[in-house]
Parts: sequence; C-alpha cells; structure tokens
Amino acid sequence: MAASAAESARARPRPLSLTWLGVVPFMLFALMFLIIPATLLMIGAFQDPQGNFTLQNIANLNQPTIIKAYRTSIAISAASAFGGALIGFGIAYAVALGRVPRWIRPTMMTFSGVASNFAGVPLAFAFMATLGRTGLVTALLTSIFGFNIYRYGFNLLSFGGLTLTYLYFQIPLMILIMTPAIDGLKREWREASAILGATTWQYWRMVAFPILWPSLLGAFLLLFANAFGAIATAYALTGSSLNIITILLFAQIRGDVLHDPNLGYALALGMILITGLSNGAYIWLRSRSERWMR
Amino acid sequence: MKRPVIGPWITIILGAIYFLVPLVATFEFSLRMKRGEYSFEAYRVVFGDPNFQASFTYSALIAVAAIIVGVLIVVPTAYIVQLKLPRLRPLVEFITLLPLVIPAIVLVFGYIRMYNSSSWIPLTNSARGTDFLLTCAYVTLALPYMYRAVDTGLRAIDIRTLTEAAQSLGSSWPRILFQVILPNVRVAVLSGAFLTFAIVIGEFTMASLLNRPAFGPYLQLVGANRAYEPAALAIIAFIITWACMGLIQLFGGGRRNDTRR
Amino acid sequence: MAFLTLEKITKTFGNQTTIHGIDLAVERGEFVSFLGPSGCGKTTTLRMIAGFETPTSGTIKIDGKDVTDLRPNQRNIGMVFQAYALFPNMTVADNIAFGLKVAKKSSAEIAARVKEMLALIKLPDVGNRFPYQLSGGQQQRVALARALAIQPKILLLDEPLSALDAKIRIALRDEIRAVQRSLGITTIYVTHDQEEALSMSDRICVMNEGRIEQLGTPFEIYNNPKTRFVATFVGTLNVLNGTMVDTATGRIAIDGQEVVATRGANGASTGDSLAVALRPEALSIGETEPGRNGLKGVIEEVHFLGPVVRIRVRFGDNVVSLDTFNRPHSAPPVRGEPVNVHFGHEDLLVLDRPAI
Ligand SMILES: Nc1ncnc2c1ncn2[C@@H]1O[C@H](COP(=O)(O)OP(=O)(O)OP(=O)(O)O)[C@@H](O)[C@H]1O
Ligand SMILES: [Mg+2]
Repeated sequence: MAASAAESARARPRPLSLTWLGVVPFMLFALMFLIIPATLLMIGAFQDPQGNFTLQNIANLNQPTIIKAYRTSIAISAASAFGGALIGFGIAYAVALGRVPRWIRPTMMTFSGVASNFAGVPLAFAFMATLGRTGLVTALLTSIFGFNIYRYGFNLLSFGGLTLTYLYFQIPLMILIMTPAIDGLKREWREASAILGATTWQYWRMVAFPILWPSLLGAFLLLFANAFGAIATAYALTGSSLNIITILLFAQIRGDVLHDPNLGYALALGMILITGLSNGAYIWLRSRSERWMR
Repeated sequence: MKRPVIGPWITIILGAIYFLVPLVATFEFSLRMKRGEYSFEAYRVVFGDPNFQASFTYSALIAVAAIIVGVLIVVPTAYIVQLKLPRLRPLVEFITLLPLVIPAIVLVFGYIRMYNSSSWIPLTNSARGTDFLLTCAYVTLALPYMYRAVDTGLRAIDIRTLTEAAQSLGSSWPRILFQVILPNVRVAVLSGAFLTFAIVIGEFTMASLLNRPAFGPYLQLVGANRAYEPAALAIIAFIITWACMGLIQLFGGGRRNDTRR
Repeated sequence: MAFLTLEKITKTFGNQTTIHGIDLAVERGEFVSFLGPSGCGKTTTLRMIAGFETPTSGTIKIDGKDVTDLRPNQRNIGMVFQAYALFPNMTVADNIAFGLKVAKKSSAEIAARVKEMLALIKLPDVGNRFPYQLSGGQQQRVALARALAIQPKILLLDEPLSALDAKIRIALRDEIRAVQRSLGITTIYVTHDQEEALSMSDRICVMNEGRIEQLGTPFEIYNNPKTRFVATFVGTLNVLNGTMVDTATGRIAIDGQEVVATRGANGASTGDSLAVALRPEALSIGETEPGRNGLKGVIEEVHFLGPVVRIRVRFGDNVVSLDTFNRPHSAPPVRGEPVNVHFGHEDLLVLDRPAI
C-alpha cells in the first residue's frame, strides 16, 4: 500500500512536468512574437511620448486622412470579401454539385490552392500586365472593340481596380473553404426535403443555407481580414498614392509621416480592433446559429 | 431531379477566364522586352541579375529556417495537446489563429517596438539578430497553416498506440517524438513546410520594414523601376507557388481533395 | 384495383440495365418488403417510386393515377432513409413539422400534429431536442414521425434499421409494424435481412439482379420457394442437382439414386436436369422408413456446436447439411462413415431452374 503510494507519488509528477516542458517553447514563442508585441502596441496607443497614460492618441485618430484610410480599407476589404464569397461560393457549388466532369474538381482545387497563395507583389505585376494602361486586356479591348476602359473611368490604381485584383486570391480562398462544406450537405437532406413536399428554393432556405451559414460567415470574415491586412499588392500597384490604412501605417513605420509615433500605435490598435471585433461578432453569431452542433 | 447543367458550366468557365487571362496576359507581356518580337529576354535579364540571385537565396534560407523552427515548435505542442493535455487545446488553437486576426504589418510594428536598439532585447541592432527576428516573424505568419497541417496529420495516425508501443520498448520521450511520431506525420509536416515556403518566399511587408535584402522587397523595387522584368518575375513567382502546391499534392497522395461521386 | 402498381419498369444507368421490367401490385394498407442481396436494385426501385429516379420505361401508378413523371415533392409519399437524414439544424419538433410548414398548414394544426406524432412514436418529450441529442433508434423513430406527419399515401423505408444495433433493431421492427398497422398505410420496406422481411411483411418480394424472383407471403416464400435463388437466399436450404426421371410419378435421380417428389414438378419435363431443395430440419439419419426417400452417402464433415451437431453428407456431386441433437451418451458420427439420410416425399421441392 504505502510502497505503491510512494511509487505513484514519485512516478506521477515526472511525466506531467515533462509534458508541460514540451509546450513551453510554443508558449514562449507565442508570448515573444504574438502576445507581447501586440500588447505593447496596444499599451503604446494609450501613452504619450513620456510614457504617461493618455487618450489623446485615440482622439487624434479623428483626422480626415486617417478616417478616410480606415474607410477605404474597410470598403475594399468588404467589397472583395463579399464578391469573393459570392463568386467563390458559386464556383464551389458548381464544382461540388453541378454535374460536371470529375476532372474539373481536383483541377479547380489545386488551382485554388495556388491562386489563394499567389498574392503580394507578383499579383500586382500580373494585373498591371493585364489591366494596366499598357496591359494586354486593355490593349485588346481598345484595338478590337475600340473601347478604352481608361477613358471610361476605369483605373487599376483605384478602389475598383484593387478590389478586382484582390478577388484573384479571395475567390480561390472561398472555393477552398466552401467546397468541403458543400460536400458536407448530405444528399439525403435534399431528398428528404423534396419528398416532404419542399421546392428546391425551400430546401436551400430552410435546410442547406442554415447549415452552411456558419461556414459562410466564417469564410467571409476570414476573407475580410485577409484583405484588410494586405499591403504588398496595393503598395506595389499604387505606390503610396492609394490611401488605405495599411499603406498609411507602412509609411508611418518607415518615416513617421504622422510625426507622432504613439499615433502610429493607435492606428495599429484600430486595425486590431476591427479584425478582432469582426471575429468576435463571428464567434457570437456562430454560437447563436449553431445550437444544433456538438 | 434532373437539373440543367448549363449554370454550373457558365460559372466555371467565367471563373476559369478570370483566373487564366491575367496569367496569359502576364506571360505575353513578359515576352515583349525586345521590340517587335517575342523573346525570353526579360527572363534572361532577371536570372542574370545578381540581386535576384542574392535576394532569392536569402529568402529561401530564411524560409528553410522558418520551417525548421516552426516544425520544432509545432510538432511537440500538437502532439502533447492531442495526447496529454487536451484541455490546452482551446488556448493553443486560439493562439495559432491569432496571426490570421492580427495583420502582419501590425505584428512587425510590434516587433520593431519590442526589439529595437534601445530595448531589452535589441535584436535589430545586428543583421544576424534581425535575420533571427524575421525568421520568427515568418514562423508566426505560417503558424496557422503549419499547426493545422500537423494537427490533422496526427489525428490520422493513432498516436496513442504508437506512443505506447514505443514506450513499451523503452524509448525516451524525445526519441518517441522524433523517431516514431515525426516520421509518421512526415506528409503533414511536408505540406506545412511547402505552404510555409510559398507564403514566405515573396513576403514583402515584414522583410521591407525590417530592412532585410529579401526577395519581396527586391520584387517591389524592380516593379517600381522596370517595365518587362516584373511580368517575368510574376510568372516565376507563380511557378514557385505552383511547385509548392504541387509538391504538397504529390506528398499528400490522394488523401486530400478526395473526390466523391 | 391495387393501390400502387409498377408496370414493366426498367431502369438503365449509362449502358448498364439495373432493373429488368418489374411488375408489382401492392394493395391498400399492405406491408410489402423488398428482399434481396446487395446491388440487386431494391433501392433503385424504391427511388423510382419516390421520384428520385425516372424509370427508363414503364409506368408507376398510385391510387390509379399515373405518377411516373411527377416530381418527388408532388407525390405525397413518406420516406425513411437508412442514415436517418434528419435536418441537423432543426429541433425534433421542427423536423416533424417541416412537411407541414412547406404545405403552409396553420401553426395550430402543425403543433397539434407534431404532438400527435411524438405520441405515436412514444417520444412525447423530445420535441425541443436537436437530432444529435438523440440515440440512433430515437432518431430513426423521429424520421418515421416526420415521414408520417404529412399523411402520405405511401410509406417507403430503405433499410431503416441497418445502422442500429441488434437489440434496438428487433424492438423497432415491432414498433414500425405496429404504427403501420394502426395507420393502415401502404408500405414498402427495403431490407436485405431475411429475418426482418419474414417477421414484418404481409408479402415479400424477393429480388435478384433487377428481377422479381418471387412474390408471396412469408410462409410461401419460406416453405415453398419457387426458384433456386429464393431457396438459397431465404433460409438455409440444401440445393441438389438431379434429373427428372418421370414427371408422372415424380421420380428424380440424384447422383444415381432415385427419390420421389410429391409436390409437383414445377414445370419440369421428363429428362430435364433440375434443382431440388431440402430443408435441413426435414433430414434425419438412419434406416429409411417405408413411404420416405432415402439417400446413401458419406459423412464429410462434423461440426460440434454444443446442443446441435451439424453434419455434412456427400452423395457424389451433391452435398447436404443437416443438424442432429447432441446425445451425451453415444459417440458422435465420424468423418468418412457411410450413412443413410432420409426424408419425406413431400419435403422434396423441385425448383424451376436447372442447376448450374
Ligand atoms: N446513380 C447510379 N448510377 C449508376 N449506377 C447505379 C446508380 N444507382 C444504382 N446503380 C447501380 O444499380 C445497381 C442496383 O443498385 P441499388 O442501390 O438499387 O441496390 P440495392 O439492392 O439497394 O443494394 P444494397 O442492398 O447494397 O443497398 C447497382 O449495381 C448499382 O451500382
Ligand atoms: Mg440499397
């Protein structure tokens, strides 16, 4: 009795502490490169250059340039996320349920894997070569149809142009996320609803859409955050001429264009808040809509 | 129950056009460097550029370092969380998802504040220190993907049985991890690695703000000053991404994207 | 006139014909099982009745009305699927109410009907739960309630019990049958479990390779199989190959020995090679008593199963299996021992297809 108790007392703590030791590198890494840097920025947003507490930085965010930058960023992110979600869902639906030849699906998935990772500077180059002033499509439209898109107000270096460019990685990302989710719709659900008298539309409204809703919402918000934090494509495409929040922050980090480092922290805080809030909203909505899930 | 198949076809064809046209246009553009004829001149110039070679090598090295650090951090954690400390799972998953929530530019801003020359850990004082910082930054960027891949890989094998078998043969913990578990999740680790590589190789924001001579800033510089080389570089970057994804598929075998009827 | 009729139904997928001209008439209130091996076309036939598949040719009539080209949602049929197929995003009550909601019934009527259905399946208190909070057996009962809530003309069940474990399967079997009886609803029940089909059905439709082999009551199917397939698929019949020596007297040669069948030649003429069936429980070992058939053979295999000893006897090309009781005080039969197997004239069934 006593011997076994002593033995287990000796035996138990050892593997446990060793186990904890195993996750220490990960936790340490997370602290050093995720938690503390982000926290420092958030603290900095509430400090003046002397390190005293202040709300002035937050108040200073209320400048036309900064407000406009946030606005444009949110608008581009929302537009590209919405467009990407809609089109991506359409393609995912077509691929998964559309009775098309089998080879289309793996092809589309592989391509989506590539395209969703084809972002940043090279993507800007590709769209410049396509829809820039001397791009192939621009030239073809002009020479074949006599239709110069630039004359009709199109500009790649604008809201619309950037949104169109972002769709190049947003749509594939949506396809990657939604195809498995659509696969998860069981054929029996559609058949059960049909045999109970429901139309296709009623099936989608009452069964399929509510089941897909959490994935749709999550994918939309991922797409939003994906575009909101993006900078390389916009920067390579427009230099610093487009006033979006990432480019503004980039310029601030590079050369303190706001002439106030702590205002920069407030800018970053605002970005974290926006992505954080959208994720919080997602978790909240999901928990409401997913009572039926384990 | 017969549905018309025309709608899906139109969707897929329009999607294909949207995705293929920029590639075709970029490729065509990249061949136009010599006046009046198509040539691979732009590619010759790019490959001949010492800065291309240097920056690409640099980024590739940092990517490899990031992969190694990432694997060393993620595999033990994912393994322990799954086998021994499942109650840590929510926390660990939350952490691994943070890089998707906090934009990269914000993270690097935090690093600059935390590791600047007047801080406790002045990593940015030296080039080596900054390289290390950049490596860790990339590990962070790739963390969500790496963790996902390894976690899924671990789920697919029965790690409990494997572990107990190894233990019964008297293996020590590190041995179990590196000689039993790691080889069995090789496929998952490799797909995480290639994904990391694809994300990191052309990364611009962090490398640029940390002032390192990486491939991303090089691309941006070429884009700002040249006409045809950027198109060639875009094609090269696309091929690199494609190669990474292709290798993931190759190693992953038929297991991912398995098609159903 | 039958309530549900299938006339010359065929179904072809690509260039492979799965259903070869099925004719079937089901009476109002009848419980008919489709029984057959995997891939024989049970599900396909059921799905054509439901409207999920369109027959390549032939007509389906319900209550005298041709429904062949109607869509599933216009047929007013209830269906229960193998994997329950409850909508996971809805509570049990909402699942049961689904068909009524899409039919635009008033909420008072829906509430009353849901309550009635929950009482019918003896789960009055689970209305507010979600499907994942129920056991498999409970889910399948809810699926039954959902199918019945719309007061369908016909109830179709496709192997509804095969995902459940044995104990629940038997309990639910009786429950489904009781509900079906109390509502008097015409029912088609697909299964490949012969015990299920035998115990539940008014009539069984034995299918094989897209054809109906035999349609009859469980008693007929079990005791009087018409084809070699039915004989082997239902129960554990011994099938032997032989030749008809004389149709008039029913004499049949099996491995050079003659036996007599008094239950008809089943269409065989003198000189035909044919198959005959013998139930194991009809066979005994020992001297042939007068007025019975006897076959001499050699014991090939002896399995001691506790209370029962199963013996295989070979007569030449043919082999039969029979059970004897274990007798503690006498030695069991030994392999290689010659024996005489005897059985009544009326135990010998002539099957309609020559042996392969
Ligand atoms: N949509 C389809 N396309 C092509 N062939 C099909 C299709 N549906 C069924 N089949 C074929 O038709 C045959 C009959 O299938 P069915 O599902 O009706 O069999 P079943 O009797 O229900 O078998 P089980 O007991 O396994 O459920 C099978 O050979 C099957 O491969
Ligand atoms: Mg079936």
